[in-house]
Amino acid sequence: MDTWWRALTFTLGYNTSLVTLGAMLLAAGAGMIGTFVLLRKRALVSDAISHATLPGLTLAFIIIGLLQGDGRWLPGLLIGAALSAALGLWLVQVISARTRLGEDAAIGAVLSSFFAFGVVLITVIQSMNVTGQSGLTGYLVGATAGMLSSEAKLIALCSLGVLAAVFVMRREFLLVCFDADFARTQGINTWRVDLALLMLLMAVVVIGLKVTGLILIVALTIIPPVAARFWTDHPMAMVALAAFLGALSGYFGVTLSSVGEGLPTGPLIVLAAFVLFLGSFLFSPRRGVLASLLAHQRFRRRVHLRQGLLSLSRDEPIFDGLTLTLLKRAGYIRRDGVATAAGQAAARDAEHEERLWALYRERYPDDALHREHAGLTPIAQVLSPDAVMTLETQLLLRTEARP
Amino acid sequence: MKPTPRIPDAVKSSPLAIQGLTVSYDRRPVVHSVDFVTPPGSMTAIVGPNGAGKSTLLKASLGITARLTGDVRVFGKPFEVMSRHVAYVPQRSSVDWDFPATVIDVVAMGLFRDQRWWQFNRGRDRRLAMHSLARVGMEAFADRQIGQLSGGQQQRVFLARALIQDAELTILDEPFAGVDAATESAIIEVLKELRDEGRTLLCVHHDLSTVHDYFDHVLLLNVRGIAAGAVDEVFTAANLQATYGGRLSEVQLARLVSPASKEAR
Repeated sequence: MDTWWRALTFTLGYNTSLVTLGAMLLAAGAGMIGTFVLLRKRALVSDAISHATLPGLTLAFIIIGLLQGDGRWLPGLLIGAALSAALGLWLVQVISARTRLGEDAAIGAVLSSFFAFGVVLITVIQSMNVTGQSGLTGYLVGATAGMLSSEAKLIALCSLGVLAAVFVMRREFLLVCFDADFARTQGINTWRVDLALLMLLMAVVVIGLKVTGLILIVALTIIPPVAARFWTDHPMAMVALAAFLGALSGYFGVTLSSVGEGLPTGPLIVLAAFVLFLGSFLFSPRRGVLASLLAHQRFRRRVHLRQGLLSLSRDEPIFDGLTLTLLKRAGYIRRDGVATAAGQAAARDAEHEERLWALYRERYPDDALHREHAGLTPIAQVLSPDAVMTLETQLLLRTEARP
Repeated sequence: MKPTPRIPDAVKSSPLAIQGLTVSYDRRPVVHSVDFVTPPGSMTAIVGPNGAGKSTLLKASLGITARLTGDVRVFGKPFEVMSRHVAYVPQRSSVDWDFPATVIDVVAMGLFRDQRWWQFNRGRDRRLAMHSLARVGMEAFADRQIGQLSGGQQQRVFLARALIQDAELTILDEPFAGVDAATESAIIEVLKELRDEGRTLLCVHHDLSTVHDYFDHVLLLNVRGIAAGAVDEVFTAANLQATYGGRLSEVQLARLVSPASKEAR
């Protein structure tokens, strides 16, 4: 507990602090670029990229190992990983563009083949006389325990680069994600923007290999954006929030892993992200589970109240217990069930609303199928003022025509 | 040196002049050698049966879809350098309305060219967006998530995004598809206002019965251009028959083209 506290307050030593900071920046970058990838509906591409890094990573390890005896040299390994990820990405594009296969099928084929090849290469390495072999498994599940400060600095710097690039490109990304055709009419080259999006995603995946490992890096590009979606309806706010939630997961994950010997960093970061996701999923006031349960309850009461008021206005008897309770609580009826003045006014309003909605359904049957048009929401909140005015006029004309 | 061909005056003054435009998917032409000079200050309908290439013609003109051949000019200059003068209202169904954006976010996307990469939406941008929304009667919905809007309201938001661009030419792809009647008349009011300001409108239109009421020019299209010109001259039974390949009955045709029936309706 004490170790964790010292890690959380950045007092566990220079190296741990540097690693924590690097992981936070990386996770923030992953959250930012992941948001746009998610909105572009290509979340699975990051899975293909991460698995496609393995053969390049292992080949680079072999080459570096043969040259200098020890295969662990982070920049070289990252370049190798990036090259094979780019090749995998290119194959996915070619397969989905030139054949009848969809992108998902192409992703499945490419990621499994590349990963299989990488695993074969790992067994080759194990039979070789190269030191640092045990360091290679760290790239599968992530290991920050023995990370050098130079490595942590490299990760932090590259992540900062990604953050800056996403910031510069955010407007192009947004337009292409929402409406690519419209983006083209704004002079945006959507092909280049998509390429930049994938390149930045690849950069994040490759940089993150050492921190979370290649199997789990995909989680950092998906979970924080999905969690952020629960809290906001603004695109840029979602990007910022995803970056924040990502950084938070990185912070908790790395500090937790410094508590015990051999605690894996990658899984802990992902679990921290998942906890944040779960919290958002349950407690978000906009789209969370609890909020929608409450909203359902409110809706149920609204239906009861509306039905009760309509019954009042039509002088029909009310038998439903909940309806009576709600009417009483709102002060619309007295204890003996007789409508109060307020109740009569509310009943008249409800009846008027009901007529407007009925007229609307009659006039525009197609549009009335829309969810909000069931007639329970006040009509002025659903239709634009001019449309409501038109309906009011029509209703007035109709009532006058029928004496 | 190759002599540059002289550009005719009609093309120089037209906000969208299309020449010899062909688009094909897998060697099957969907738009074949279409010529059309949009009259400036006009409201032109593009009319034709399903699969006639109406949307494709627009998308190819706008550079969204690749064209096989053809020349597209805006006021006599190539479209690519003049694209800022053209606004586009895509079909409503072309985007995901569950996207995390509010009405005003979407309208502000029309300001893309006016902002630099370091800028966020400023007070001025918000005012411009609210002004556009007010023109389509949607200012009360500025902070709604776009998925909560009805079809007609979504169409109005798209129109507001085009209005904010203050373009000489606005191209609309079936703006009246699946919208309520109140929205249809609100949209046509805005379009007529734009025309009265001297702007040009080009609009894929499905409902033959309103062509006379809404538009002053028409382009009849069925892969090839069948006829183009003022509605009164071109929107004839013979031309419609040629466009729809005999799919319209005599009764329908008579009702569509004779202005007398308009009053009866």
